[in-house]
Amino acid sequence: MADTSNLHGNDLPGAEHPIAEAWRMFRRNYAAMFGLLLLSVLVVVTLIGPLVYNVDPFEIVWAPLTPPGEEATAPLGTDYLGRDILAGLIHGGIATLAVGLAAALITVTIGLTVGALAGFYLGVVDDILMRFTEFFQVLPALMFAMVLVTLFSSSLVVVAIAIGVVSWPPTARLARAEFLRIRNLEYVAAARSVGAKNRRIIWRVILPNALPPLIVSATLTIGTAILFEAGLSFLGLSDPNTYSWGYMIGSGRDNILDAWWAVTLPGGMIFITVLAVSLIGDGLNDAFNPKLRER
Amino acid sequence: MLTRRLIYAAILIFAVLILNFLLIHLAPGDPAEVIAGEMGGATEEVMASIRKSYGLDRPLHEQLGVYLGKTLQGDFGQSFFYNASVTSLVLDRIGPTLLLVTAALLFAIGMGTLLGVIASRNPRGIVSNVVTVLSLIGYSAPIFWTGIMLIILLAWVFPIFPISNMRDITLQGGTFTHILDVAHHLVLPAFTLGIVFLAQYSRLTRASMLEVLGSDYIRTARAKGVPERTVFGKHALRNAILPVVTIAGLQFGSIVSGAVLVETVFNWPGLGTLAFQSILARDYPTVLGILFFSSLIVIIMNIVTDILYRIVDPRIRTSD
Repeated sequence: MADTSNLHGNDLPGAEHPIAEAWRMFRRNYAAMFGLLLLSVLVVVTLIGPLVYNVDPFEIVWAPLTPPGEEATAPLGTDYLGRDILAGLIHGGIATLAVGLAAALITVTIGLTVGALAGFYLGVVDDILMRFTEFFQVLPALMFAMVLVTLFSSSLVVVAIAIGVVSWPPTARLARAEFLRIRNLEYVAAARSVGAKNRRIIWRVILPNALPPLIVSATLTIGTAILFEAGLSFLGLSDPNTYSWGYMIGSGRDNILDAWWAVTLPGGMIFITVLAVSLIGDGLNDAFNPKLRER
Repeated sequence: MLTRRLIYAAILIFAVLILNFLLIHLAPGDPAEVIAGEMGGATEEVMASIRKSYGLDRPLHEQLGVYLGKTLQGDFGQSFFYNASVTSLVLDRIGPTLLLVTAALLFAIGMGTLLGVIASRNPRGIVSNVVTVLSLIGYSAPIFWTGIMLIILLAWVFPIFPISNMRDITLQGGTFTHILDVAHHLVLPAFTLGIVFLAQYSRLTRASMLEVLGSDYIRTARAKGVPERTVFGKHALRNAILPVVTIAGLQFGSIVSGAVLVETVFNWPGLGTLAFQSILARDYPTVLGILFFSSLIVIIMNIVTDILYRIVDPRIRTSD
């Protein structure tokens, strides 16, 4: 839809809206479109699946540790308590995706705020904020998140906050670099010369121009946040009251060799989800960076 | 310059200690209970002695002073769960973690650069595509999941490597046999941990090689008849490897994080399994001690990277 009609619809002949252009590039990228398709399927299954296959994932349906394909009641087998794995895969996605999204949102909010302030104001503000960022980069993120979840609680909200609190530094560095680059460009000087206040320059002038790399990084952050949640769950630190893929992995861990399916199947779902998100992120990166397309 | 780095490292160490102190006080409940650890079966007597020795009845800044004084002398408290001092527990476990992390890093940097260089020779060739696919998998697969898959495949279906642990305790023989045994146990965990970073480094090397190969001095080298092997291995690689060193330096934190999961999967007797067990036991002093010592590893590794960077890049050496 954005292909040629835009060429005539715009005020400037021949100019294409940047988002339309990015979408056109994105659509040409088979890997990225595959990622988008994969993610759409996962989201649909996660949202609609529970209505279609409404077996309670906490309910014991058959003998424990039944392998996949042996019993029609539990087509993908059962875990160590006899709970249906298929029900778990279908019902467990919402919590995993929600935690991933929430944690990514927190990560981007903290990272963007710190990075934008440091890159825009420079000087003492920059020094303090960057030392602060480096300090957070010294702490092994997973260890720190483990400590936070252990000391406070392992509810999904705390897990999401903990992931956000430990994983913002790379976003902050990226945002700082972008703000630093753009603040010296001529259109910022132009905005300043017509009397725009700092707040307006940050929000309305620099931020929109800094968005493309930040969008890419935010997309990839969703993937890392999901992996992070999976890691915490594997260590048995996820919310025991909410059924998630991570919870399945954590509860199946002790029987890996007796029941490989109880861990590998939810782990595989996480792998597919993060793969889809990474493909989309890579595609966005290529779409926003025409210079990289040749690689 | 190095002195400045060291002073900065000292400040970071202080900051981690202050964070630990804050965590003890921000956690819900009595700080004395946090210091004792929930499952320690802390009696009133123990709690009273903790309150006294940490000065918990005094103002907060004095408590911080007491805490810093204690920790700087290496006293991170007592683990009631293990019935040992936290410092001795951590020092017992730090060796295996360092071994695992170092092996994984060497594997990732060595193989990653090699694959990246081969891929850059033919940007659309098979190795190039393998690097791209590998980096996607390395980026997307949960690390513990990769570990489990490798165990199932290479230790269970085809029992080539041991399933877990660091050594075979029934093994007889000399030192060399034991070293070989540890190396045999090290292969799968180091590979699992390394593959995530291998993927990134190979991709990074490929990109930076492609960029460097397009530069003028490479054209000059080729024009004057330098053999292609030397152009790649000497002229280009020396510059292309710089971003890899930088990124590797920034990633020690995530490598140590990955080690926690890999150690848990393979039951590797390092800091990660200790962290996992002490968290299950609600053994807070040990958990906080591990947070401190693992941060210390990262700080030290960062200094080592700095020194390495100086060796690789003469421009920085001369600019001091």
